[in-house]
Amino acid sequence: MSLIIGVPRETFAGEKRVATVPDIVEKLTKLGFAVMVEAGAGAAANCDDDTYLAAGATIAKDAAELYAAVDVVFKVRAPSLEEVALMKEGTTLVGFIWPAQNPELMEAMKARKLTVLAMDSLPRLLSRAQKMDALTSMAGITGYRAVIEAANNFGRYFAGQVTAAGKIPPAKVFIAGAGVAGLAALGAAVSLGAIVRANDTRAEVADQVKSMGGEFVKVDYEEEGSGGGGYAKVMSEGFQAAQREMYAQQAREVDIIITTALIPGKPAPKLITAEMVKSMKPGSVIVDLAAEQGGNCELTEPGQVVVKHGVTIVGYTDFPSRMAKQSSTLYATNLLRVAEELCKAKDGTIDVNMDDDAIRGLTVVKDGEITWPPPPLKLPPPPAPKAAAAPVPEKKSGGHGHGAGAPMSARGLAIVFGLGALAFWFVGAYAPAAFLGHFTVFVLACFVGYMVVWNVTPALHTPLMSVTNAISSIIVIGALVQISPPLAEDVSRPGFWIGLLAFVGIVLTSINMFGGFAVTKRMLAMFRK
Amino acid sequence: MSAGLATVSYIGATILFILSLGGLSNPETSRRGNILGMIGMALAVVATVFGPQVTLGGLPWIIIAMAIGGSVGLYAARVVKMTQMPELVALMHSLVGLAACLVGFASYADTAHVFEGVEKTIHEVEIYVGILIGAVTFSGSLIAFGKLSAKIDGKPLLLPARHWLNLAGLLVVIVFGKVFLNAETGWGGGFALVVMTLVALAFGVHMVMAIGGADMPVVVSMLNSYSGWAAAATGFMLSNDLLIVTGALVGSSGAILSYIMCRAMNRNFVSVIAGGFGTGGGAPAAASGDGQPAGEVLPISAVETAELLKDAKNVIIVPGYGMAVAQAQHTVYQITKHLRDKGVNVRFGIHPVAGRMPGHMNVLLAEAKVPYDIVMEMDEINEDFPETDVAMVIGANDIVNPAAQEDPNSPIAGMPVLEVWKAKTSIVMKRSMASGYAGVDNPLFYKENNRMLFGDAKKMLEEVFVALNG
Repeated sequence: MSLIIGVPRETFAGEKRVATVPDIVEKLTKLGFAVMVEAGAGAAANCDDDTYLAAGATIAKDAAELYAAVDVVFKVRAPSLEEVALMKEGTTLVGFIWPAQNPELMEAMKARKLTVLAMDSLPRLLSRAQKMDALTSMAGITGYRAVIEAANNFGRYFAGQVTAAGKIPPAKVFIAGAGVAGLAALGAAVSLGAIVRANDTRAEVADQVKSMGGEFVKVDYEEEGSGGGGYAKVMSEGFQAAQREMYAQQAREVDIIITTALIPGKPAPKLITAEMVKSMKPGSVIVDLAAEQGGNCELTEPGQVVVKHGVTIVGYTDFPSRMAKQSSTLYATNLLRVAEELCKAKDGTIDVNMDDDAIRGLTVVKDGEITWPPPPLKLPPPPAPKAAAAPVPEKKSGGHGHGAGAPMSARGLAIVFGLGALAFWFVGAYAPAAFLGHFTVFVLACFVGYMVVWNVTPALHTPLMSVTNAISSIIVIGALVQISPPLAEDVSRPGFWIGLLAFVGIVLTSINMFGGFAVTKRMLAMFRK
Repeated sequence: MSAGLATVSYIGATILFILSLGGLSNPETSRRGNILGMIGMALAVVATVFGPQVTLGGLPWIIIAMAIGGSVGLYAARVVKMTQMPELVALMHSLVGLAACLVGFASYADTAHVFEGVEKTIHEVEIYVGILIGAVTFSGSLIAFGKLSAKIDGKPLLLPARHWLNLAGLLVVIVFGKVFLNAETGWGGGFALVVMTLVALAFGVHMVMAIGGADMPVVVSMLNSYSGWAAAATGFMLSNDLLIVTGALVGSSGAILSYIMCRAMNRNFVSVIAGGFGTGGGAPAAASGDGQPAGEVLPISAVETAELLKDAKNVIIVPGYGMAVAQAQHTVYQITKHLRDKGVNVRFGIHPVAGRMPGHMNVLLAEAKVPYDIVMEMDEINEDFPETDVAMVIGANDIVNPAAQEDPNSPIAGMPVLEVWKAKTSIVMKRSMASGYAGVDNPLFYKENNRMLFGDAKKMLEEVFVALNG
């Protein structure tokens, strides 16, 4: 039996996003689900009912009809209490819930015996969960849009130029908080040509800032601000004083400030005081992305654009809605990934597997039981310090070969030389003169070979093998001198057998000789620029 | 030709051989190097045939033998496919080994030269050692050939107590060496020689049987080395300096190649030869037990791959043995050419042990007309991965395994690898999720910027190429 996924129209004032888009409807259908969309649900996000129909969805004329028919509800914003009342008992709801902020809603959903997956409760550190991370996708949009809003309210170019009418300095942008939104804003501002600085209490993001073309501004105070889970924590008083000083200085220097500082479950820290706003150049812009949580700037008015002391302060709280098409598409993809996790069998049914870390974290109400907050996740330690702690084992300095690699230890060298000297002494003491002559030649030839072969480029190792193979058929000489040597009259030898062996030897080595050189020639002819 | 002239010709041939190997330092000079090698060989053969040690009566036999051998060799060189090069080289090594054995036996049977005292002992030791090396080379190369051409199962055959078997073989060889030296009659010595030869043949078989597919580059270059030492031993036996020099050149060349291959796998030469992966590092499966990679495998389609490639500025392709098996090098080149015409910077990253013999991948890419200046060695290209948009791995596994750097307990820890995971996206083309030769799970597959393109390399690449054109 395949379940029906319902996508209602968002009722929250000003919300333009929709929880699924026509492209994703097709993919949900492939998972075995049927999809029902409320009439006009996607209108604000440029998805009209016809495209949903074309993608295989059915259209419900109003919310009541939709909620009565469906088994799974995909939403963006948390439902209102009225919407919860419309849902069937046992419905599964997926969307942003913010359980800590909405205890009343949680009780209502519990009473309705819903199963609720809160996209905001996803364990974000789980690498497997990243494809479902709607907070990140929304934050990215927010950061980008913040720069666009700033540019819209800023009376100058972002990029510096030298024109016939004079030199235009580049805009200076300061970003407070280099999380996902901060980094997205950083990237957007850099690509517009601005000089961008960023600050964060977490020292580890400095490299990310630099890698995206920004400049990391340090607070002149030693304290680590990682609060676990990838979020920041509240800092000490000494640190905050040093931080205020730094912000005050940045406020005097820059044209645009974008603040993104949030601490989970707490009001947003007031980073930008009225004094700092006053010290900014007229025409400057502040975009306060924390406006919904009270704002990082003292003068922010949530939802409004205000001009104070000649500085435009943007306090919008609906950045994702201002790019409804883009944010709906990304959010719909995140939900699709959740659906894939819930429906591993691709048969249109869902299984809320509480043993799965990602699903466990998402689920805040299960069959009418509140399961939030989830037990702490047993995560492996973060990879970066682990990699640093685990030294790459040193290369074994094996006894074989003594070449262009790392120089051998003095002791190893001494042993090799000692053994060599012993061997040479042995040979010199016992071997006859004739042998010593050959031995000299042999040792010198080994060294010549060693020197020559180290210079061979690795790309030609196969030709090297085939040419040395061809050359080693020099052993033919051994056979040649045996086949019919000039003999004294009185010597008796098994000439036939020797001749036969030598003959076969010549045949074999000739195969090698001709074949080896020919195949080397063929190979080398292929190497070209 | 006088003895003096023959000697001078030998010196000339020696120099030509050294120059020949020296020419291989660069693809530009390599063709000339090969020609110098041919001239050197011709010079050596002519000087010997017309020199003082061969009478004219043997000339017809020599010509017949060389005509037979030469035509077989030329035919083989013409028809061999480039993917079969490792097999051909292994087979040719076996011929050198066999020839060394035959020359050794003939030399023993030859009673024309009479040695006395220490010289006799040394001559006999030379014969004994020459045949020993020749026999090991012969049987070992034959098995290597069988394994490379998949006529024999590529898995390592690990007999119980195999090290003891080898040790016992060595003892038998030494004991019979003493018997051989002390033998009163020719037949007694001959018997010892035959027993030793059989032991050596068995040893060669056993040694190579115990070595698995991915260690083949080491084995092939080691056999290359042995064939050289066999020639050098024959040179001592016959008091011929040219043979000694050439044998030493080839022997050290092969030894260096084996060393390079071992270093590229971060393995000890002895442990490779002793056979069986992981003999030095405990049971591989147990060691990697706690390192079960987190995350999940994300598949990708050929069309999506083509999209990624189209949007990329920098692409690095990492080929492995899988490309050779699927014969996909020509399709790889078509894709490369298409992308380069579009201005994409496509390069190749070659791991020293990719494939089944040293330089195997370079030859395959050269055959497909990939210009050699975009084919890079691992050390040249590894630091470029962070600036690379797409790293495409074709039929390779262990040589791109991040566990070698990240997991000190991994059986392949410390082995130098191509750092494809540092690219923005890596795509691994593979037939299935089976682990590589080393039996180590590859955390690369579970990285979030990695995608898997499942299927036969050639078929998938053709689909990618079609999508690129579409």
